[in-house]
Amino acid sequence: MPADGSIGAPDKRREDVRFLTGKGRYTDDINVNGQLYVHFLRSPVAHGRLNGVDTEAARAMPGVVRVFTGDDFADVGGLPCGWQVTDRHGDPMQEPAHPVLARGKVRHVGDPIAAVVAETLNQARDAAETIEVDIEELPAVIDMKAALADDAPKVHDDLKNNLCFDWGFVEENKAAVEEAFQKAAHVTTLELVNQRLVANPMEPRVAIGDYAAHSDESTLYTTSQNPHVIRLLMGAFVLGIPEHKLRVISPDVGGGFGSKIFHYAEEAFCTFAAKQLRRPVKWTSSRSEAFITDCHGRDHVTTIQLALDAENNFTALRTDTHANMGAYLSTFAPSVPTWLHGVLMAGNYKTPLIYVNVKAVFTNTVPVDAYRGAGRPEATYQLERVIDKAARELGVDPIALRRQNFITQFPYATPVAVEYDTGDYVATMDKLEEIADLSGFEKRLAESKARGKLRGLGVNCYIEACGIAPSNLVGQLGARAGLYESATVRVNATGGLVVMTGSHSHGQGHETAFPQVVAGMIGIDPSMVEIVHGDTANTPMGMGTYGSRSLAVGGSAMVRATEKIIAKAKKIAAHLLEASDGDIELKDGQFTVAGTDKSVAWGDVTLAAYVPHNYPLEDLEPGLEETAFYDPANFTYPAGAYACEVEVDPETGKVTIERFSAADDFGNIINPMIVDGQVHGGIGQGIGQALLEGAVYDENGQLLNGSYMDYTMPRADDVPFYAVDHSCQTPCTHNPLGVKGCGEAGAIGSPPSVVNAVVDALVRAGHDITHIDMPLTPSRVWSAMQG
Amino acid sequence: MYAFEFERPRTLDEAVAALADDDAQALAGGQTLIPTLRQRLAMPGKLVSLTAIDALRGLSASGGVLTIGAATTHAEVAQQTDYPALAKLAGGIGDPHVRNRGTIGGSIANNDPSACYPAGVLGSGATVVTNRREIAADDYFTGLFETALDEGEIITAVNFPIPDKAAYAKFDQPASRFALVGVFVSKGKDGVRVAVTGASEGGVFRWAEAEAALASDFSAGALEGLSVDPEGMIGDIHGGPDYRAHLIGVMTRRAVAAAG
Repeated sequence: MPADGSIGAPDKRREDVRFLTGKGRYTDDINVNGQLYVHFLRSPVAHGRLNGVDTEAARAMPGVVRVFTGDDFADVGGLPCGWQVTDRHGDPMQEPAHPVLARGKVRHVGDPIAAVVAETLNQARDAAETIEVDIEELPAVIDMKAALADDAPKVHDDLKNNLCFDWGFVEENKAAVEEAFQKAAHVTTLELVNQRLVANPMEPRVAIGDYAAHSDESTLYTTSQNPHVIRLLMGAFVLGIPEHKLRVISPDVGGGFGSKIFHYAEEAFCTFAAKQLRRPVKWTSSRSEAFITDCHGRDHVTTIQLALDAENNFTALRTDTHANMGAYLSTFAPSVPTWLHGVLMAGNYKTPLIYVNVKAVFTNTVPVDAYRGAGRPEATYQLERVIDKAARELGVDPIALRRQNFITQFPYATPVAVEYDTGDYVATMDKLEEIADLSGFEKRLAESKARGKLRGLGVNCYIEACGIAPSNLVGQLGARAGLYESATVRVNATGGLVVMTGSHSHGQGHETAFPQVVAGMIGIDPSMVEIVHGDTANTPMGMGTYGSRSLAVGGSAMVRATEKIIAKAKKIAAHLLEASDGDIELKDGQFTVAGTDKSVAWGDVTLAAYVPHNYPLEDLEPGLEETAFYDPANFTYPAGAYACEVEVDPETGKVTIERFSAADDFGNIINPMIVDGQVHGGIGQGIGQALLEGAVYDENGQLLNGSYMDYTMPRADDVPFYAVDHSCQTPCTHNPLGVKGCGEAGAIGSPPSVVNAVVDALVRAGHDITHIDMPLTPSRVWSAMQG
Repeated sequence: MYAFEFERPRTLDEAVAALADDDAQALAGGQTLIPTLRQRLAMPGKLVSLTAIDALRGLSASGGVLTIGAATTHAEVAQQTDYPALAKLAGGIGDPHVRNRGTIGGSIANNDPSACYPAGVLGSGATVVTNRREIAADDYFTGLFETALDEGEIITAVNFPIPDKAAYAKFDQPASRFALVGVFVSKGKDGVRVAVTGASEGGVFRWAEAEAALASDFSAGALEGLSVDPEGMIGDIHGGPDYRAHLIGVMTRRAVAAAG
């Protein structure tokens, strides 16, 4: 095992001490002198014409400072969308306005109508109850296919219809795919739903706007995964504040899972109102509010078809998906069902022809955007379910069918526009069979049967595209941003380092893993390295944390900056040692002239950099601080194979997960303990999706399970102990760490194996079942068993 | 939450007086009422806590009857050993936080159709004792969130005759972990009782056919062929009326098997 603190060591997370002892400093822990509180009056109906908002009584209520409505934002920009998708006919997507406060219409339950700012939160709530809102309720469109009917009510009156875009990928392959299906020896078709999920981070969202009149500077404290992105979007597109007059701070953030990537109306409101009122304005979401304002995830309805030849080789794949956008386009919503979904459809298999069609649809529901995995779980689920169904129809072993069709040569260019650099899908499957003890399944099956339980085994593979992303590529694909990452490494005189990163930690363990990288390169103790993130005023412009990108992209920027530091430090050392810098070697924090015993310590060199008495000032600037921006050359492609064993209670339909095994290839590993934790958490969320979770709207657009009384989050007793292995390592070829990313793998890779296992259990028990839609609740499984 | 007055009387008489105000509301463990207040779904002018009244606290067993003070927490009931089936029921309510705050009196005064205690009280043939009278369980639960309690009437204790055999089988609603269906069965000197919670739109009820079948043969096998009509059962996102009706059969058999 590597030495403590170096790359590959399972160091305990240093940040956990403060998190576990209640000393974390979250946004809601921040209170600015003189702050006011805002309460948002939100639409109780899913769709309605907003004829009037009478705030007169509210304005006269005790403690009320100002009541804002949509009219106050008439001269302010709407919330922007950061990604434009071009549809299969060459037209840009339909992009509706997204006002900070609703004007003219309300479009989902939770749409903000008015904002009451008062001295206390209770005063703001009391006053909000006196606001008289005249809403003419309109028929709501909730079901995506109904929303596309010719006579469907329009969510946005100024758009042609409710179709955001009709995307075909790769459009040029469409005819060849159809021809391959005509020639196929066997075609398997599966219709399925990837249900809408609510992210539910432990910490609800918070925003505090502050304005300093003396410097005309605005500050936003917010629960964000990417403060620089918020600064750019809100400053440039909503409020018109230049970035040098706008500071965004995201301190400790209690989980995001994607839902805190996006720029939300409440952030713009608090920043705007603080400047208007010359007083800080704070908003803290309640859990109930989070259910109807945080962006939701998934919500795809798909038909997938797999064509096979007579030897069971995959010859073509086509999918037809309806993807729910909700009522407005959230920041990265259009990218999720397209470039994060379609390009993954090859999976781990050498299917030569693929065509993906996605119709993105507006409905009167909460906007949908990225949620852990973002498009890749949807791709993996449908692909790995249809392969399982095909194996069953053909009477072949589902693992053998997968192995037969694995990609084995790398690099591999898929028919859906990406090139996998490395991978070894045979090795991960071999490892899975070992750690999951698949050879012992029959014995466990008999034991379950003896206890009156139905046992099933499900296996799947997954591939993801992480390390998001090459800027020039995503620019061609419609991104309105670059996706590089940045790092500034500042070495202090006495040898300690501060690393300022544009990525952001909201549970990922950056404060532990990043020092391992930097300290490991220099050969010093990682306790000498401090990580600074989450404040646009003291970190270089960066794009934040999502898409399993922080180590692959942000870590690579750190490597580049540290390389610059080391190169300069070697020059200083060479001067001190009166040698040529080409002869200087750095090992264990000691600079040595190669082949001699002449050396100088790291701390002597750093001191010389800042006390340059004996220093080559004519050739070298004093100081030791370097910045690097790293733009990846390609995505990274983590992959793996997962196995799940379930027991089903035949009397009640209740599913229990008895075993769960994950064999992942994440390339090189910096801290295996953190990787284990990321995989555990991801699988927990995947099991949540497979068995428990799912936002349910009624036909009027009311969320039926908007609280934990009815929305089922996974709990400790819903999940088993996991067998997790990441010893299969094919390092990424294009980043300096050889890392691929591990944050989303568990959530991407786990739902299909759970569903495959339940279907397997029921089929083994004689039920004629091919599919059950998630979540596989007891009542759904029982109903399926009734036929 | 709206602002309210708060009183914490020490005696039953003081509590009765405090509750005489029209907009006063009794507060027991608060596990339903406090979340309701936090959502501003109720606006009592005054909350009267019943948890400081000694007369409402504690457990005692004598003459084959377990008496539980109304302000006794679920955790305390879970720890008693005189009536193990009831201890198990109480130990399965909510989570430790709920069990250390919630009380038996608060639960049955609220009469949530998915709560566990109504099944335990009705399934045991218990007697609800108030500051005014004693009410047999069969007369106490009158419908969804409805009881026989009059305005200002306070539960002081519940008397449980300890049966020869009893058990509670609960199938959790996955999110809230209230009972999707919970069945309490008992066999005592007054016969067999089968009480079902979580399932019916009318709240807790006795399953007469099962009681009749079990009276002559107290075994899971005696229930073969019996089924409950889905008509009138609750249907929601966690399960339809058919499913709940089916689960009543399953949970009753399991409770009988567990009762031995």
